Amino acid sequence: MFANLDARSTLLSVAIFVVGLLIWHAATHVPDTGPIGVQLSQEQRDTLLAANMSGEDIDTYAAEGVAYAQLEQIANLGLSRAMIEAAGGIRALGISVPDENSAPAPGSLFPSPALIGKELWATITDPFYVNGTNDMGFGIQMGYSLLRVVIGYTLAAAVAIPLGFLIGMSPLFFRALDPYIQVLKPISPLAWMPIALFTIGDSELSSLFVIFICSLWPMLTNTAFGVANVRSDWVNVARTHELGSMRTALTVILPAAAPTIITGMRISIGIAWLVIVAAEMLVGGTGIGYVVWNEWNGLRLDRMIVAILFIGVVGMLLDAAFARLQRAVAYSE
Amino acid sequence: MAKPFLSIERLTQQFPDGAGGTLTVFENSTFGVEKGEFVCILGHSGCGKSTIMNILAGLAEPTSGVVKMDGMHVSGPSLDRGVVFQNYSLLPWLSALKNVTFGVAARHKDWSKKQVEDHARQYLAMVGLEGDVVHRKPSQLSGGMRQRVSIARAFANQPKLLLLDEPFGALDALTRGTIQDELIKVWSQTEQTVFMITHDIDEAILLADRILLMTNGPFARVAESVEITIPRPRNRTEIVEHPNYYAIRNHLVQFLGQRSLELAGQKSDQDDQSPQSVVIDKTKDDTDPEPAPALQAVVNE
Ligand SMILES: Nc1ncnc2c1ncn2[C@@H]1O[C@H](COP(=O)(O)OP(=O)(O)OP(=O)(O)O)[C@@H](O)[C@H]1O
Ligand SMILES: [Mg+2]
Repeated sequence: MFANLDARSTLLSVAIFVVGLLIWHAATHVPDTGPIGVQLSQEQRDTLLAANMSGEDIDTYAAEGVAYAQLEQIANLGLSRAMIEAAGGIRALGISVPDENSAPAPGSLFPSPALIGKELWATITDPFYVNGTNDMGFGIQMGYSLLRVVIGYTLAAAVAIPLGFLIGMSPLFFRALDPYIQVLKPISPLAWMPIALFTIGDSELSSLFVIFICSLWPMLTNTAFGVANVRSDWVNVARTHELGSMRTALTVILPAAAPTIITGMRISIGIAWLVIVAAEMLVGGTGIGYVVWNEWNGLRLDRMIVAILFIGVVGMLLDAAFARLQRAVAYSE
Repeated sequence: MAKPFLSIERLTQQFPDGAGGTLTVFENSTFGVEKGEFVCILGHSGCGKSTIMNILAGLAEPTSGVVKMDGMHVSGPSLDRGVVFQNYSLLPWLSALKNVTFGVAARHKDWSKKQVEDHARQYLAMVGLEGDVVHRKPSQLSGGMRQRVSIARAFANQPKLLLLDEPFGALDALTRGTIQDELIKVWSQTEQTVFMITHDIDEAILLADRILLMTNGPFARVAESVEITIPRPRNRTEIVEHPNYYAIRNHLVQFLGQRSLELAGQKSDQDDQSPQSVVIDKTKDDTDPEPAPALQAVVNE
């Protein structure tokens, strides 16, 4: 029936989405009976009535969230509501009753899919509003983040690709620089942040620096690897045609190493996007990472989740752009 | 005696043998190639043919000795020496046409785009590649087509010397035959000097003016220079009927099968290792009363 793999995979994706939504909905659905009331069965109610507790008292305390076991104790003690109020209220008896500070029932605070949908729609229809520094449209915040990524990433590419060429073409530079690369490469983006904040001071420049330093390595190592592994036959073709080193680099080595270089760039843009969110959480001020942190602090989980969704979508688009580029420079031998 | 167009003088190549010692591939090898000549070099695998060719191309430096072309010292690669590599070495991201224009543009920097393309197409047509195929990438071409592109690229640059390293090694016999014919056609039109490595005796006899025979390595040397006394134009079906054909062929087979081994490993003792000139001509030998074997060596030098 669904012989086509595309159709089948799409169907499966949609099914997973629907099931996920349903589970989410079920987990976050809050019944209308109110958050804290206790439901008593007819049998329990009859037992309490039989112990001379008034029906009115039973309903009041049940609505306040006093559990059946406690109601039974109260009934057995023969305490009426008037007596309890006189003694200082139900809590004075040592009975714990949920109030507005108590932990909510599971799922009741987490936004439901319907709420997220509503927020998502509001964001998409009005992405660029500005209501003060802490309340700007996600479009604007995303713009800040993208701008930082583009600047830091472009600087990294401008350094990594020429340097990678140098390292790839010269065994001397490869050996001399390799130890530094090996040590600096595995350092976590967040570990760079304090160093940057301390040495650079300015938080804006610090996040740019962190983007720069984190997207540098994959591009650098991939370029060096790609350049060093260009088939010597192709380099010999350039040599027998008396191409200078600049022309050889541009017309033979660059196209030959391009797939490897673009792969490095693709890894780097992914890392840059991961890092910017973390950096903005730390540094604050503007950007989609800051939004996530800000909405969390304001307990607007719905807006936070929408922001997270957008982070995912933009990351996906960035990756897709590089995947396209990768296909454009690919060649088969 | 005047220096030949291409002269290889006391060429020695040593490599580290991987066990701490040195491997002498060949020593004090000396030979020459005349202008417009088509020379094939035959020898067993590993005797150092590619090594010689890389030195002639300027892609490798010999341990000692010199190569002179037109009296000029060869050092480093040059557009005057075109190379057809054993594995075609086309740039896989460029179309067949672009692979040829790549070379033409490097040679004629002052030409317009159109001039470059017309010239490239002309040479592609010479090897039978016309129409839409020229826009295909190497990966979309058959092995034979790739080799044609590679030959077109080399010839289109009109180098003074064309170096071919087993250009047909990876092709089936039918394709090989067609491209051999095309190679001869292009060569006779352009009168280029060609130095070609091959494993195939029949191919060498069909194509060459002269065949250089190498002994086995290490300490290999170009031991003989056999003139192919069969007039051109040659045709693969007709040359076998020429009286010299089997005489020459037997001589070559006997050298490769037996004497290349016997002569192997002889050190040069500082002498120039010039090859012995061998001329086998049954059309003249017919009057020779001597009941010699079918092959007869005439030593010139
Ligand atoms: N870069 C190198 N380092 C060490 N030894 C080498 C190097 N290049 C070639 N040799 C050795 O030199 C010898 C000649 O190699 P070469 O490639 O010239 O042989 P060939 O005659 O072209 O063989 P084939 O017909 O198989 O192509 C071989 O023994 C090889 O192992
Ligand atoms: Mg070889």
